[in-house]
Amino acid sequence: MKHSTYDVIVVGGGHAGTEAAHAAARMGAKTALVTLRRRDIGVMSCNPAIGGLGKGHLVREIDALDGVMGRVADRAGIQFRLLNRRKGPAVQGPRAQADRTIYRSEMLTLTENQENLLIIEGEVVDFMMKGQSVDGVVLADGSEIPSRTVILTSGTFLRGVIHIGDIARPGGRMGDRPSIKLAERMDQFGLPLGRLKTGTPPRLDGRTINWEGLETQPGDEDPTFFSFLTKKTQAPQISCGITHTNERTHQIIQDNLERSAMYGGHIDGVGPRYCPSIEDKVVRFADKTSHQIFLEPEGANDHTVYPNGISTSLPEDVQADYVHSIVGLEHAVILQPGYAIEYDYVDPRSLSLDLSLRDVPGLYLAGQINGTTGYEEAAAQGMVAGLNAANRCLGKGEVSFSRSNSYIGVMIDDLTTNGVSEPYRMFTSRAEFRLSLRADNADQRLTPMAITLCCCSEIRKLDFSSKMDKLKYARVLLDEKSYTPKQIAASGIRISQDGTRRSGHNVLAFPDVEFEDIIPLNPELSKVSLEIRRQVERDAIYANYIERQNREISAMKRDEMHVIPQELDFSSISGLSNELQQKLRMTKPHNLAQAARIDGMTPAALALILARLRRDSKFQERRA
Amino acid sequence: MDTIFALASAQGKAGVAIIRVSGPMAHDAGARLCGGALPTRGTKLRTLRDEDSEPLDQALVLTFVAPNSFTGENVVEFQIHGSIAVISAVLAELSKFDGLRLAEPGEFTRRALENGNLDLAQVEGLADLIDAETEAQRKQAQTVLAGGLGQLAERWRRDLIRAASLIEVTIDFADEDVPVDVTPEVSALLSGVQADLVQEATGVGIAERIRHGFEVAIIGAPNVGKSTLLNALAGREAAITSEYAGTTRDVIEVRMDLAGLPVTLLDTAGLRETDDHVEGMGIALARRRAEDADLRVFLVESDDALDVKMQPDDIRLFPKADVRKDVKDAISGKTGQGIDQLISHISTVLQSRSAHVGIATRARHRDTMTAALSSLEKSQEILQQGPELYDIAAEEMRSAIRSLEMLVGRVGVESLLDEIFSSFCLGK
Repeated sequence: MKHSTYDVIVVGGGHAGTEAAHAAARMGAKTALVTLRRRDIGVMSCNPAIGGLGKGHLVREIDALDGVMGRVADRAGIQFRLLNRRKGPAVQGPRAQADRTIYRSEMLTLTENQENLLIIEGEVVDFMMKGQSVDGVVLADGSEIPSRTVILTSGTFLRGVIHIGDIARPGGRMGDRPSIKLAERMDQFGLPLGRLKTGTPPRLDGRTINWEGLETQPGDEDPTFFSFLTKKTQAPQISCGITHTNERTHQIIQDNLERSAMYGGHIDGVGPRYCPSIEDKVVRFADKTSHQIFLEPEGANDHTVYPNGISTSLPEDVQADYVHSIVGLEHAVILQPGYAIEYDYVDPRSLSLDLSLRDVPGLYLAGQINGTTGYEEAAAQGMVAGLNAANRCLGKGEVSFSRSNSYIGVMIDDLTTNGVSEPYRMFTSRAEFRLSLRADNADQRLTPMAITLCCCSEIRKLDFSSKMDKLKYARVLLDEKSYTPKQIAASGIRISQDGTRRSGHNVLAFPDVEFEDIIPLNPELSKVSLEIRRQVERDAIYANYIERQNREISAMKRDEMHVIPQELDFSSISGLSNELQQKLRMTKPHNLAQAARIDGMTPAALALILARLRRDSKFQERRA
Repeated sequence: MDTIFALASAQGKAGVAIIRVSGPMAHDAGARLCGGALPTRGTKLRTLRDEDSEPLDQALVLTFVAPNSFTGENVVEFQIHGSIAVISAVLAELSKFDGLRLAEPGEFTRRALENGNLDLAQVEGLADLIDAETEAQRKQAQTVLAGGLGQLAERWRRDLIRAASLIEVTIDFADEDVPVDVTPEVSALLSGVQADLVQEATGVGIAERIRHGFEVAIIGAPNVGKSTLLNALAGREAAITSEYAGTTRDVIEVRMDLAGLPVTLLDTAGLRETDDHVEGMGIALARRRAEDADLRVFLVESDDALDVKMQPDDIRLFPKADVRKDVKDAISGKTGQGIDQLISHISTVLQSRSAHVGIATRARHRDTMTAALSSLEKSQEILQQGPELYDIAAEEMRSAIRSLEMLVGRVGVESLLDEIFSSFCLGK
């Protein structure tokens, strides 16, 4: 079969792949998504949930850029919960249980209907090469698809090995072959590789669970969605069940530890600390006699239940034993045993900020292959790679994200500067500008960028600009007048009579003052819609801190503006110590802000680099 | 853009010190310190006064207007008397002004560069100086930390990491089996650090620990006469000397004025292999202190292997001149032979170096602690309002930790995650 030439080929139809393909196509690049099987698009191979703390922020940001994950998760959502609901809005994270089947079919429909995007079924076994550059892919049937850029999102498929007890077999996901040939080609690039592992629990048949007497966890009554465009739930809503392991469960695991793939010495990869297997929990926290298990239905019309909290690499018979020792699961039937999977990842320090490989032009990597874990982290990287690959083909500049404007920027910077020592997961504590980077203002932070990039739908553009008009109106009302303490007290707000006049914004920043409390000060405020009222309240809570963070942000932005060309030879800067030269050569910082974060960097060294950048740019100006 | 200030005359022991203030608020700060407006450019002789109008010093005040200054910003420079007391007082006064902060080493240069006032060649010329200053401050900080403050700072680090990670675990793992209200433990941890900081920042702590001047370490094998030499230099019995090898176990310090320079002499435990645990600790300490000193005097035979690296300008002498035949480059504390030459050698080396690092370090430590204290106080106040405001309490704690970074070291998110995962069983 003869294929035409594409701008962007995305290899893989998981969360990174779909987001990358959609982003490139929305930008107007001619895009193909190559996947083993059409029905694998949008598969959730781990737990049936999207979002959470930090992760929910990522999904909101993807949505603000008009990505697909948020919209699909909302359509598939069968239980919505806003985590940290009682804490400040900066640390609230939306989370939803998703119906696997709906998620997959919605993602497929969106992908099939996306302009500029074609789905091709096939197994990519090699890249087409032009010198050192990648310019297309080769399928297992020998056919070639030329393209200007390739985004590889192969997840755990690079030399994937699945472990169940002492049985190990090659596989990228349960039931799928790993990509051996592709791994060999990647070897030829000489990239630094590492090995990681992750695990899943046994899947249970919900009809065989005794739900009677089990604690349940319903969703929020007033659901918080991922997408700024979603207004209501679409799938039937369910509750999750909660049960616990007990001392007998722990005894069974203890007695069979050496039969576990992990404890039997079959696995070398490093697993995530925040996602330990039940073996790990029992061994490391031996004094804890019980661990919580969430019984998460995989769909409204699906009997499969994902018991979140007991991932394992024990043999099947031991899995059955310990599952049956748990209250409610005495007669539970295991539909698919739990397993651990080991896979190769590429040290993300070999990537540029646009997620292209520095040494292999034309090839971008996104998702688990970069050492991350989680659907949301993968999708966010897909977005970055997709936007950038498209922009490169369209002859436009790099699309860059910063620690100061998004969790996406925090993640890209963490990965490319520090690499990973365990599968990388997002936490809100990773974002030093956490109070500014909130889920509620992701649209204000990123939708203008999407509009400028022309990857934003008309509907979103209209929705956003109308929201911004309303916000602006409310902010003017809050700032235009100031009030004496007497006036403020007269509207029922407790305040000290210090003689200071305050604006509506100032009053709103008081603890326990709601928007409705200040309406008596200016009756026109009653015209402000409920959604906008809540939004300005959230902004007011952090007003003082955001001002302080903005100062730090502008300093960081100044440093980010000083881009360091990849070809800069640090050894030619006299005065830089050998040690720093070596670190700089290894990290290859993309700008001065990243250079400043290198361990051991001195102010003198930064001044030297900056002076060199200055000289080079002047030199170029003169030549031009 | 912040307005920054620092001692700008770093070289040598000078009669005059220059304090530079640069940034948008420089002229205001100058006017406040001089008790009246300054001409927009030019030179004036003025009396600098503190907030209670008490005179600090007579100063020659130079005003520069952007872009015609070293940094390209508005700048005020005070030329004051080079005494440590005066410099410290003026720096302390400036740090009381809102919006002003001490400059990091190299920050003036950085701004000059940003504003196009320097080229690469000029920066290369300055880089050595900046590095020297950075290194000197680092050494100073280590000297301070090697003393009592080190143990304190270590405890602050541990307690602050614990406190911050407790708050973060309630935030980032809210959907797991973790405590909801951690206020009592966090509050107790912060109170401990606060109490220490109050004592260090407002009491005599810093002044006692930060020595101005230089450290000179005397190094050599056991029983080559290091302590005898120290006693001879100090003119009193500061170290216990005996003919048994391994007498000196602690590092002994003697502060003295050497040719007009403030110098602390360090007598270190003899460097040798030992099975004696206590002596072993003494030797490890000696090695560390000696490496961080400004200058080392080695008392060694020509074939002795050195455990401590010789650094440029270090002095190497043969021990016990009184009992050797060839007395060239030899010294004896017992007879006083070679002592005068040593003193003049030491002072020649030190005179070429800055004597003011100690003052800068002292000012920086005080600023650091005061800033951290104020953040911790706010954090405490917010903590008492319960878990709903933990995000803001965490932000204040982060500010405090960042302020203390030069004392407690960098605390990144990985430090918090390490603490979190070792204390809580997390993960579904």
